[in-house]
Amino acid sequence: MNAQISTGDTAWILVCCSLVLLMTPALAFFYGGMVRRKNVLSTLTLSYIFMSLIGVQWVIYGYSLAFGPDIGGLIGGLDYLGFTGVGAQPNAVYAKNIPHQLFAAFQMMFAVITPALITGAFVERVKFKSFLLFSLLWATLVYDPLCHWVWGQGGWLREMGVLDFAGGTVVHIAAGFSALAFALVIGPRKGHGSFPMEPNNIPLTVLGTGLLWVGWFGFNAGSALGANGVAVNALVTTNTSAATAGLVWMLLSWLDGRPSTLGIATGMVVGLAAVTPACGYVTPLAAMVIGAVAAPLAYYAIRFRERRKLDESLDVWACHGMASTWGTLATGLFATVAVNADAANGLFFGNPSQFAVQLIAVIVTIVFAFGMTYVLAKALHVSIGLRVSPIEEEVGLDISSHGERSYL
Amino acid sequence: MLKKIEAIIREDKVNDVMDGLSAIGIVGLSLFEVRGHGRQGGVQLVGRAGTYQVNLLPKIQINIVLNERNLEAAIEAILQSAYTGEPGDGIIFVTPVEDVIRIRTRERGTEAMNYPGDIDERKKK
Repeated sequence: MNAQISTGDTAWILVCCSLVLLMTPALAFFYGGMVRRKNVLSTLTLSYIFMSLIGVQWVIYGYSLAFGPDIGGLIGGLDYLGFTGVGAQPNAVYAKNIPHQLFAAFQMMFAVITPALITGAFVERVKFKSFLLFSLLWATLVYDPLCHWVWGQGGWLREMGVLDFAGGTVVHIAAGFSALAFALVIGPRKGHGSFPMEPNNIPLTVLGTGLLWVGWFGFNAGSALGANGVAVNALVTTNTSAATAGLVWMLLSWLDGRPSTLGIATGMVVGLAAVTPACGYVTPLAAMVIGAVAAPLAYYAIRFRERRKLDESLDVWACHGMASTWGTLATGLFATVAVNADAANGLFFGNPSQFAVQLIAVIVTIVFAFGMTYVLAKALHVSIGLRVSPIEEEVGLDISSHGERSYL
Repeated sequence: MLKKIEAIIREDKVNDVMDGLSAIGIVGLSLFEVRGHGRQGGVQLVGRAGTYQVNLLPKIQINIVLNERNLEAAIEAILQSAYTGEPGDGIIFVTPVEDVIRIRTRERGTEAMNYPGDIDERKKK
C-alpha cells in the first residue's frame, strides 16, 4: 500500500463508486415503470446487462482507450489493457490521493450507465442481439473516445479547457443525442400515435427517481475525487438543481391540468442531468437557475418531439440531451474559481472565452454522438435488423425476447 | 326461466350496487374488470408533459344469474344504486340461461341458486 493515498478520500470514493453503480438498477426501474406491462423485464434487462457488458469491456480495454496515455489527443493507448498497471498506486495525472484502480473502477460505473441511458429510445421493439452488438460498438467507438477527449490525459477537449465536472457531455449529451439518432433509424413502436401507451407501474419509476437522486450524489460529488469542499459543493448544487427543477415541472404540469407525479419525478431527474457538468464549479444559487431553466426546456422539448411524432420513447434526448446541453453551457456562464480554485471563471465572472469552449464541446459532442450512432444504427438496420418482428412486438418482448412473463 | 344479467357499471359504484342487491336478497354474483365505453367517449389523463386521451375506460361488469320472476327487482336495485346521472353510468344486458348446477350438491335449476335468506325465501314469508 502506498503511504501517499488519503484513507478518507479513498473511503469516500469507494462509496461513490457503489452509489453510481446503484444508479444503473435505479435507471432500469425508472424506465421499466414507464413501458407497457408486457415489456417490463425487457426494459429492465436493457439497463442491467450493462453492468455485465461494460463491467467486462472496461477492464479488458475500455478504461485503457478512455484514460490510457494519449495518442494524438484522440484516444488512449493500450497500456492499461486488462487493468495492468492499474493498481493500488495512485495515478499522478488523474488522482494523487486515491488508488489508480479506484479511479478506474469509479469511472467504470459512468461507462456502465451512459449506454443504459440510450435504451430509453428504443424500448419495446429493439432486437436483443442487435442491441448487444450496438452497445458494444457504441461503448468502444463513442464513449471511450469521447471520454478521452473530455477527461483523458491529453484529450483535446480537456486541453482546450472544457469544464465538465461529472459528465454533462460524456454522459448526458452523448446519450441524449445518440438516443435521438437511434430513434430516427429504428422507427416508432407499432401503433404509436393510434392509442396511448401508458406507464404500467409509475411507482417503480418514482422509486427509481429516488434512488437515482441519492446515487447522483456519488456521481457528482464523487467526481471531486476526494472528500473535500468541492465535493460538498457538488452535492449541494446537485440537490438544489434537482429540487428546483422538480418544483418548476410540477408547476408546468399543473398549468396543463393536474400536477402529475410522473412529471414531478421527471423534473427532478432533468434537474440532476442539467447540473451534472456544472456541479463542482457553480454556487447553489446558480444551480437553482440551472434547474429552473432545465425544467421548461425539457418539458417543451418533450412536447416538441410529440408534435413531430417521433417515437424516442422515453425522452432521453429531451431529459438528458437537452437538459445537459443547457447545463454544459450554463457552466460556461456560472463557473467561478471561488467555488473551485482549480477551474476557471465563466462568462458572468468576466471570462467569456469559457463559454465559447463549452459551446465547442457541446457541438462536438452532439455531432460526434449523433453521427456515430446514426451510422452504427443504420449499419445494423440494413444488416441484421434493429427491430423484432411485428408479432414479437405485439406479444411483448418479455415473452418473445426472453421467454418470461413479468406478472402472472 | 333462468336469466343472466350483465351489468357494466362504474368502478366506484361496485359497493353501492352490491349493497343494493344484497338488500333485496340477491346474494350470488361474480364481477370482473372490463374496459370499454359507450357514448361517454374517453377521458384526459396527465402524462409527464401535457395530457393524453384514453378511450378505453375501466369499468366493472357484474354477472348475476337468477330466476325470471326476480329479474325486475334485481334490475331496479341496480338502476337505483349505480345511477349518478353523468354519462358513463353503464348498461345492463339480459340474456337467457340454459341451466344452473351447484357443484357441491349437484342441484340443478332454481334449487341450485337457493341461499338462506335470499329473495325467494323472503317472498315466501
